[in-house]
Amino acid sequence: MSDATFRVESLCAGYGEARVLDDLSFDMGTEAVAIVGRNGMGKTTLCEAIMGLVKPWSGAIIHDGERIDGQTPERIARSGIAYVPQGRRLFPSLTVDEHLAMLSKGNGDKRWTPEAVYELFPRLAERRRQGGGKLSGGEQQMLAVGRALLLNGSMLLMDEPSEGLAPTIVDILIEAVHHLVEEGVAVLVVEQNLRAATEMAERQLVMVSGRIETEVTAARLLGDAELQRRYLGVGASIDDGEPSPGGASKGHDT
Amino acid sequence: MSTAVGQAPQAGDGTADSKRSVVYALPKAVAYAAAAFVVVWVLFIAGDSPAGPAVSNPGRFVVTLLDAITFAGLLFVVASGFTLIFGLMRTVNMAHGSLFLLAAFVAINVQHAMLGKSRNIVADEVGILDWVVPMLVGALVAACVGLILQQLFLRWNQGQELRQALITLAITVIMADQMLNHFGGLALRMTWPGSVTHFIEILGQRYATTRLFMLAVAVLVGALLWLWLNRTRMGLVIRAGVDDETMVRALGINITFVFAVTFFVGAFLAGIGGAMGASFAGAATGSDGDWLLNSLVVVIIGGLGSIKGAVAGSLLYGMVIAFAPAYLPSRYSFYAIILTFVLLAVVLAVRPYGLFGRPA
Repeated sequence: MSDATFRVESLCAGYGEARVLDDLSFDMGTEAVAIVGRNGMGKTTLCEAIMGLVKPWSGAIIHDGERIDGQTPERIARSGIAYVPQGRRLFPSLTVDEHLAMLSKGNGDKRWTPEAVYELFPRLAERRRQGGGKLSGGEQQMLAVGRALLLNGSMLLMDEPSEGLAPTIVDILIEAVHHLVEEGVAVLVVEQNLRAATEMAERQLVMVSGRIETEVTAARLLGDAELQRRYLGVGASIDDGEPSPGGASKGHDT
Repeated sequence: MSTAVGQAPQAGDGTADSKRSVVYALPKAVAYAAAAFVVVWVLFIAGDSPAGPAVSNPGRFVVTLLDAITFAGLLFVVASGFTLIFGLMRTVNMAHGSLFLLAAFVAINVQHAMLGKSRNIVADEVGILDWVVPMLVGALVAACVGLILQQLFLRWNQGQELRQALITLAITVIMADQMLNHFGGLALRMTWPGSVTHFIEILGQRYATTRLFMLAVAVLVGALLWLWLNRTRMGLVIRAGVDDETMVRALGINITFVFAVTFFVGAFLAGIGGAMGASFAGAATGSDGDWLLNSLVVVIIGGLGSIKGAVAGSLLYGMVIAFAPAYLPSRYSFYAIILTFVLLAVVLAVRPYGLFGRPA
């Protein structure tokens, strides 16, 4: 693909004494990349380390030629990385409108304004006055994505966006990801849901025990049951009719 | 404002054993029964109390109710600042009462300077500006001192709640001594403007309009606070920060600046309350501790961090303060103050995080 605009080099991080990310490296350009892997392999920790919510122990994270590791979350976000966290983490006290208004400062002439978000997700427009906690799972996820888009960043970082969502909603998200990549936004998505991951991104980075074990194409991962069993665990399938338990919980897989 | 509704432990679903649901339902039942008893007592029985039952002495009842609501206004102004700071920054600002008292002393001295005398002030000499300007000056001084405290001592201890509580407690002790040295140990009083100092008749009872004026000021402050939190971008950021501070930062918002502004406004509210309190009941050494305690009681009842809760907590606490001495049987009037703690116990038994609070 294009030249790397985002690079992670030998990243190590963890909580207390526990090492979760172990010498993790990858790079990506303006494209969609999925990170897949079983529970407990460190996917969420990787997202949190990129966002500065977990302090990296060593290694480097480089975005648009600048090192962002060790910086505060607000600086990292303003360097152009828009974060859609696991469990969405909306603000229960704020309505849909307020979520977007809060971040729309000086967005007048930029690509993403609250109105543009409502255009992308018309269902949200119908829920303008609703509280963030009173939306359905799908609407919550749309709001979390819309909120991130208002940063007008060059990269979207999504942690388990399909978690707990119905297949039709997942389709809307997949379409939105394609749309964004076409517009020149890089999308890094962490996914457990094989169908969502493979339809969102061509490049599939398989994460095992805190490092990128291998990279495969979406078609290869989809077609190879042995690969799926080895890296994604038993029961991984393209059938996502059953939402994962604890859909909207804030639980972290470490 | 924050629609966070406290989650009292609820009885589980159908499979939950009935024993558990009884344990959870009991405090609720007792609380409702107690509330019902209080209402019946005040309205119909109130035997041997100074006021007598409301049905036979409605004037006294209405006046007591007004006392409760007007005092609740003052409580709200002070406690809203306290809860605002806690809600966003998780800082229990033990110096809140000190900021209240500092503003009270400053406001009194400014008023004296504006009138050119410090004794025998009669209300007729006090124009509306002679009251509003000292109040604003006092509140601004409190706000600036609050901001300095936050920048000097609290900023680099963000997230260390116990440390911040101890630091602000130490500041309270230091400020109390400094104020005693500077303003003296005598109780001082700010004078209400003459134009609002009248008496009106309510069902045969005389009532001071200054209390109604105090309520009006409180309502105005509450309305401005509501507009700020609901109609400005910073207000939205503050409410979002109360919900999930980390997420606000991960969205690229400079929360450190918002923290400073919030502390400034919280201290400003303490200061407005200080000037109101100095006019209502006077200011003296020790008022700082009283008003820290008042703020704590209000926000514990209402739920830490919730402005809605501050309204509810102020009203409930104001009711107990006004009604207990009037409606307890005379020989128990002594114990009126204890009812405050009964109120706390009842509320916490039903809603452990306060009426509008939720777990951190």
